[in-house]
Parts: sequence; C-alpha cells; structure tokens
Amino acid sequence: MMQMMTRFAWVPLCAVLLAACGGGSSTPAGQPADQAGEAGQINGAGATFPYPIYSKWFSEYNKTHPTVRINYQSIGSGGGIRQVSSQTVFFGATDGPMTDEQLAGAPGRILHFPTVLGAVVPVYNVPGISGDLHFSGAVLADIILGRITKWNDPALVKLNPSAKLPASDITVVHRSDGSGTTFIFVDYLSKVSPAFKQQVGVSTSVMWPVGVGGKGNEGVAGLVSQTPGSIGYVELIYALQNKIAFGAVQNAAGEFVKASTDAVTKAAAEAAANMPADFRVSITNAAGAGAYPISSFTWILLYENPTDKAKATTMVDFMTWALTGGQTFATELGYAALPANVVERELAALKTIAVQ
Amino acid sequence: MRSRDLGFRLAVGTFALLLVLIVAAIGFELVRQSWLSIDRFGLGFWRTSLWDPVGGQFGALPFIWGTLYSSIAALLLAAPVALGIAVFLSELSPHWLRGPLTFLTELLAAIPSIVYGLWGIFVLVPAVRSLEASMPEGLRQLPIFSGPPLGVGMLSAALILAVMVVPFTSAVAREVLKTVPLAQREAAYALGATRFEAIRAALFYARTGIVGAVMLGFGRALGETMAVTMVIGNNPQVSASLFAPQYTMAAVIANEFTEATDALYLSALVEIGLVLFIITLLVNGLSRGLIWMMARRSPARAV
Repeated sequence: MMQMMTRFAWVPLCAVLLAACGGGSSTPAGQPADQAGEAGQINGAGATFPYPIYSKWFSEYNKTHPTVRINYQSIGSGGGIRQVSSQTVFFGATDGPMTDEQLAGAPGRILHFPTVLGAVVPVYNVPGISGDLHFSGAVLADIILGRITKWNDPALVKLNPSAKLPASDITVVHRSDGSGTTFIFVDYLSKVSPAFKQQVGVSTSVMWPVGVGGKGNEGVAGLVSQTPGSIGYVELIYALQNKIAFGAVQNAAGEFVKASTDAVTKAAAEAAANMPADFRVSITNAAGAGAYPISSFTWILLYENPTDKAKATTMVDFMTWALTGGQTFATELGYAALPANVVERELAALKTIAVQ
Repeated sequence: MRSRDLGFRLAVGTFALLLVLIVAAIGFELVRQSWLSIDRFGLGFWRTSLWDPVGGQFGALPFIWGTLYSSIAALLLAAPVALGIAVFLSELSPHWLRGPLTFLTELLAAIPSIVYGLWGIFVLVPAVRSLEASMPEGLRQLPIFSGPPLGVGMLSAALILAVMVVPFTSAVAREVLKTVPLAQREAAYALGATRFEAIRAALFYARTGIVGAVMLGFGRALGETMAVTMVIGNNPQVSASLFAPQYTMAAVIANEFTEATDALYLSALVEIGLVLFIITLLVNGLSRGLIWMMARRSPARAV
C-alpha cells in the first residue's frame, strides 16, 4: 500500500512539470506568434545604467502591444556584449561602444543605436565649502592621478578664487566595480589630459593610481559624504535623485557648465554633426556653447540581419517608438533625451535592418 | 529486503560520488576558462602585483595577500570571542539565558551579507575612521598603522568578517563542548579542580573539534564577498597596514566580472577564481591534517 502511494504521488508532480515546460516555450493560446509579425518574447541583456528607462519603455510598449513581452536582464555592458555576440539574447545594450575587435568576433554585423544620454558629475566633500566648485578637465585629471594632493593647490584656487579652500589632503574615491560610469569619466579625462591617457587609459575598470574604491554609485556617494576632503564621481541621475551637490566642469568652449539634462542633450547635438555612420562615437569634451563635457550615449545592439524575422520586425517597431514617443519618458527619469538630428539618422539606420 | 539494502547503498553512494564529481568539474572548468591567462602569465600570476585591465597585465598577488590578511585578522579577532561564547553557553550560562543567547548568536548567521555591508558603510566605517584618527602619532609610525585614516580598509574588513564568522565558530564549538563526557568533568572536579581548571580540561579534551570550528570560520572568511567589497576600499596593493585600502579575490571577481569584455581580462578573473579554489582546498587540507595529527597524538577522541 505504501509503495502504491509513493508511486502515485509522482503523477501530479510530473503533470505539473510537463505543464510548466510546455507553457514556457509556447505562446499564449489564441495568439499565434507570427500574426501581424509580432513575436511573443524578446530577450535582451546588458548595461545597468539605462535599466530604469528600458523597463519603463518595455512596460509602456507592452500596454499598446499586449502580445509583445521584452525581457531585459541588466547584467552589465560586458555581459550584454558577450551574450549578444554568442546570440543567447536577441539584443544587447552597452554604455561603451563595442571595439572593432569585438565586432569582428560576432557571427554577424552588429549595429549600434543610441537610446538616451547620461552624464557623470564630480562630487566632493570639502569642509567649509558649500557652493559649487569649478573644475577644469586638466585639474580634474591631475587630482585623479594624485598629482594635485591638497585642496588649496594653486590650480584649484585659480579656478575657484572666491572659495575658501582648506589645506587638507584630497582623498580620491572611484568605482570599484566595472562600470559604464567609469568608462565615460576616464574617456573624458583621457581626452583632456595626455598624461592620464598614457598612465590610466580608457576601460570600464582601470588601474587607479591613488584612492579608494566604492561599489556602485551608492558606494562612491557614501564614501564621499563620510570622508572629509574627498572627491569622487557619480552618474548625474544618481546625484539628482539623491540631491547630492556636484561641481561644474569647464567644457571645450571654456565655459563652466553644471550638468543638467539640457546641457547633456546639447553636447550630443554638437557631436551629431560629425557622427560616424555606425553611431559609435564618444561625445565627451564636446564643442559648443552650453555643452556638458562628461556626457555619453548608451546604446542598444542589434544584428543587421537577424535570423528571427518576426522578432526583428517587432524590435524595429519598438525601437522606432522608443526613439520618438519613448523619448518623452527620458527627462522624468533623469536621462537626457536624444537630440532631433540624431533620432532622424537613427530612424534611417533602423530601416537597414533586414526584417524580411 | 536485501535488494532494497543494496539499492539504498547505491543511491547514497551515487550522491557521495556526485559531490566529488562536482568538485572535480568545478576545478576542470576553472582551468579550462582561465587557460588563456595561465598560458600568458604562468606562475608569475601568483607573484606579480600589477592589475591593469587597460594594458592587459594581470597579477593576483594583491588579491591573495588581501584575502589571507583579512581572513587571518578576522580569525584572530573572532576565535577568542567565539570560544568565549561557546564556553559560556555550554558551561556557565544560567539555564534561562541559554536559549535566548543561542538564538541571538545564530541570528547573526542569518543576516544577509549585503546587510552587513550596508551596516559596515554607515556605522562601522565612520567608527573605524574616528578610531584611526584618534590614534596617537607614535603608534601611527608603525607599518601596521600607517596611512591616512580613511575608515575603509583592512581594519573595517577584518572587523566585519569577524562579526560574520563568530556565529559559525561558536555554534560548532558549543556542539563540540557538549560532546565532552560528563565523566571527564566529574573526574576533574573529583581531583579538586576549580571551575576554570575543569573548563580548561574540557577545552583540551575537545581541542580537535575546536580547531575544526575555527577552520570552518576561516573558510567562510576566505570566500566572503559582498560585505568585504563594501568596506575594504578595493585598492589592489600589498600593504602591511590595517588602515590601507586593499582588495580580496572574491571582491575583484564580484566587482569586475560583469563588465569584463576582453578575453584575456575575463580569463584572468576566472584564474583568480581558480587561485581562490586552490587556496580554499589547501586551507581545508591543512586543517584536516592538523586535526588528524592532534587526534593521533592523544588517545582520547573528541568528535
């Protein structure tokens, strides 16, 4: 009897398992996958920085296209590039453009599409200073390199003549985790300081000459707020949402600009004039009045000729909406919207994706 | 009945074998994935301290140093406390206090490490910073206390690890002390031993198990990731100073793996995992050996 019962106990379990497996792979009943060219579920993976707006876009898009579910895993830009290159996801997302070497390693041609813009701001904790400090690119680079070690260094005093800068030591706080935020920051510093480019270089993780590492924006912000005499960098969104004071940075035109979503969009509009056809462009240290110099695009990565045409059709439709109607969500979430001239060129590029 | 017996044996035997296979598979996979880096850097990987993802130069020494330093420092802090708790709970505590105290120490083990990390950032690190800042100038000249008082660094990491390790070590030590036969204590008292002497005799009797308890804590400290990452300062350098920001193997993997795109970089990170795997195996092997030697030398066995 006992044996009988144990044997039969397996039956419902098996049924549940079978149902679960079956349910996962097929589309909901009554909604064929390829009707109207819409594919049920599309998977993507990549950067964490744009995750809030991407999830907003996916849920908004799902409201008007109930059969489409886009699933995005924010595993980091590196993971996004790896997964899209090995075709385990349909699209990738990254904060730093793929290198030529990475593109050559992918099984098909991968296109970059800028989606929104972000910026990185310098945050600091200097006893006795409440107003905004001014930084130039060269001075910022020298601080991070450990060449300027005191807050009352003549170079800093010259930029901030009215501030009462103390004679205390500077503690540099950087990101310890690999991050697009770091990429944008060191990309800027490498452009304005040859010494920085030579000694540190550009990557999502670099070898920092001095300082301590905090994990994530919250780690850096936490360390800066607690450590008198410290300076660090965080994403603009993070500083805005958490009401952290940050400094103004001198742009290529010589103005001191405090980061704002408008100043970031301006930087992108300036850079768009000589944008390469594949959109892989760094817009740090952009020329033009009012442009904030530590700004960057974030990109979605798509194959030019994807194998799954139904998914490609859906994705192109989604991207078209994200670049036009979707941009209205950017500012409320703290991202800078794309300038119109970039959107125009991207819409043209989307048409080159083979959906047939 | 006989056939069932055989079936049972086969089943549990398979499970045991499965465990061995999993460990072997992990080792194999780690070697396979890190082959690029092993091939490029060889044994130099263990000895060099340059970690430059941009230049493609990778050396694991600062991470090995930081992992061993933080774990040993944590062990030195945690072992006496954990043993004290275990002795108090098993020998001295009034009966009504035993339950709540045991519950509370075990509760420490249930707190997720990210919570420890946040507590570390907002409570422990500022406290450590003021401690470091108030250290007399004479002591600051010592290499072990050199450097600016940042708060984040080796001392904070060791302290947070110690708190995390205490419940494990004390729980096992308490269980070990429970196994000391009553006759042993009674004999001690009969010989006119004081309470302290009787406890000392019980500790001596249970020493192999206690070493095992301490090594269990050590193993946990070696692999702890999140809380340490948040307070250690993440600066790959080999420094004797408790105040200096340093780095551990688990922390660098957690920090850099997600954004590593370059094949060699990725491979070097996996090799860090391999090094951690080997060191953990060595530590476990050493503690086994230690226990075995101690057990062999004395006729009385504890566990």
